[in-house]
Amino acid sequence: MAHQPLAAGPAGEPIRNTTLDLAHMSVREVNRLLHAASQGDFLIKNPRGLHAIVAGLDGELNVSIDGHVGYYCAGMNKRASININGNAGTGVAENIMSGLVHVKGDVSQSAGATGCGGLLIIDGNASARCGISMRGLDIVVKGSVGHMSAFMAQAGNLVVLGDAGDALGDSIYEARLYLRGKVKSLGSDCVMKDMREEHKASLRNLLDAAGIGGAVDVSEFRRYGSARSLYNFHISNLGSY
Amino acid sequence: MSSNDPWLHTPPRESAIFDKHTIAEIHRAAATGIYDIRGFGAKRKLPHFDDLLFVGASISRYPLEGYREKCGTDVTLGTRYAKKPITLKIPVTIAGMSFGSLSAPAKEALGRGASAVGTSTTTGDGGMTPEEREHSSLLVYQVLPSRYGMEPDQLRKADAIEVVVGQGAKPGGGGMLLGQKISDRVAAMRTLPKGIDQRSACRHPDWTGPDDLAIKIEELREITEWEKPVYVKVGAARPYYDTALAVKAGADVVVLDGMQGGTAATQEVFIEHCGIPTLAAIRPAVKALEELGMHRKVQLIVSGGIRSGADVAKALALGADAVSIGTAALIALGDNHPHWQEEYRKLRTTAGCYDDWHEGRDPAGITTQDPELTRRLDPLLAGKRLANFLSVLTLECQTIARANGKSHVHNLEPEDLVALTVEASAMAGVPLAGTDWIPGQGSSR
Repeated sequence: MAHQPLAAGPAGEPIRNTTLDLAHMSVREVNRLLHAASQGDFLIKNPRGLHAIVAGLDGELNVSIDGHVGYYCAGMNKRASININGNAGTGVAENIMSGLVHVKGDVSQSAGATGCGGLLIIDGNASARCGISMRGLDIVVKGSVGHMSAFMAQAGNLVVLGDAGDALGDSIYEARLYLRGKVKSLGSDCVMKDMREEHKASLRNLLDAAGIGGAVDVSEFRRYGSARSLYNFHISNLGSY
Repeated sequence: MSSNDPWLHTPPRESAIFDKHTIAEIHRAAATGIYDIRGFGAKRKLPHFDDLLFVGASISRYPLEGYREKCGTDVTLGTRYAKKPITLKIPVTIAGMSFGSLSAPAKEALGRGASAVGTSTTTGDGGMTPEEREHSSLLVYQVLPSRYGMEPDQLRKADAIEVVVGQGAKPGGGGMLLGQKISDRVAAMRTLPKGIDQRSACRHPDWTGPDDLAIKIEELREITEWEKPVYVKVGAARPYYDTALAVKAGADVVVLDGMQGGTAATQEVFIEHCGIPTLAAIRPAVKALEELGMHRKVQLIVSGGIRSGADVAKALALGADAVSIGTAALIALGDNHPHWQEEYRKLRTTAGCYDDWHEGRDPAGITTQDPELTRRLDPLLAGKRLANFLSVLTLECQTIARANGKSHVHNLEPEDLVALTVEASAMAGVPLAGTDWIPGQGSSR
């Protein structure tokens, strides 16, 4: 099916229900069209695991992708709301600045890597290094996360309803981790912390934003964060490195 | 005979193995239990461009008039894929150095100096400051493993993108910006609390290996509409393979940084004992480009110990398209100048040897965030000094090129060079002076 051409509506008027078919368009063509749009609703069909789909969007766009995507889908996203009705490859929503990315399936490694803002929702599981070096992004994973998740995470929140693999939060800075299931092991300088009312309230907001606020009891979660003992390099900490 | 009789005593003999520096370092390590960290690049004697000579023109080669005939110096980077390649007027560019490791006036001065002579400067960890964008007519934006300060808007504002895999001073190593250099502004740019040590990762967070790198580069091109040249910077480790893999991954430009390349802060043992010399790295990289049919199509920028126009000319003759300077640029701004000798002495060092760039106490106001110290550096004056230095490098390079009969500095070639030592001959692949012998000829991997 040929794609429907992107109608150039009057200035400021949202473009509704435009279908972009990657069976007949290149990723370059799709991205170019979306980079030029400031608002509108779009459906992308036949992503077929292609890479860098909808990378670098910056606008009040609602984008749905029907199928599985490859690496770096929604990379560096700003403002756009992107739904992926499938699985996502490495680095989904990497360095996201704002907006929403919602993956209905599972994701590969480095989901939300270095993300600065916005919300990443993963309905399935996330592989290794989920939230690595995150810098303000909020991530809600309804399944489990792999090893080295939240490695060197600087800011933001990582919520995991399932389990976490080895070395969770290794060398973590100021990010907050909320885990409902089991953790295989904690990384250097990552410790369990008190779950005070302010944290429960924050977690409720995150779960509400992910659309599961009423279905999950925040008291089932434990909070993890930095012990801040490795913030300044010191000889007495050599055994921790 | 008296005990002072010189016939009865030999003078104290310093060990070549346990020399004074080595003994002092053992004492220091024993007293502190911690390795030495410093800035600058490798200080040990290494085979380098000084071990090569240009032969010049004679009966068999026709020289160009040194003060009259044109000798081109321009270089265009990014012709492989970028819609908007960039052209430098001179074959010397400024290496990536971060705001954080350097003061804001220093970054501004680098931009001013480079722009005055038509070349580019480069960001570093922490992202792009408005000052350096404003004062750099051509600005290369680094994508580093830490991604500190990384923003798509900054990516789009840049003239080129440099994916940093490693650097010559510490190939395989990350970095550390110590807490004393973390001002409010630096902390905010990097989304970290003030005063804590900021570790820069040694691996990228979202790719591993050349196949992933190819996809990462594709993403960066997509975000920037395939307009900007994409460089890949590697420390000189395995230059033949790293260059080939960077080309395979889709690089427009390969930046190759030898072990003499500078750093803001790294362990001394790393600086002096990892990586290979710049001289040894160029020919394997050029060989990889030639075998792939990509020499001059994917441009090669070489850095690490470039100090003079002779160094520039030698790097170009060995096959580079341009060179990059970092340490020399800081020295041109005023680093290690005798004017600050009294203060260097207070820091238990001396002008010419100061390398504790990580401590944030630089008397010259360059490698510091201390407000009082940074005020000492006038970005206009320092920028002018850098512009002068870049002009001298270019004039010197042209002088040598003309003497070897070249109407463009890119026409310099290995055939114009001879080596003074067997080691340099083997590394550079040019004959030992006075002979036609090149040790190890037949394999330059």
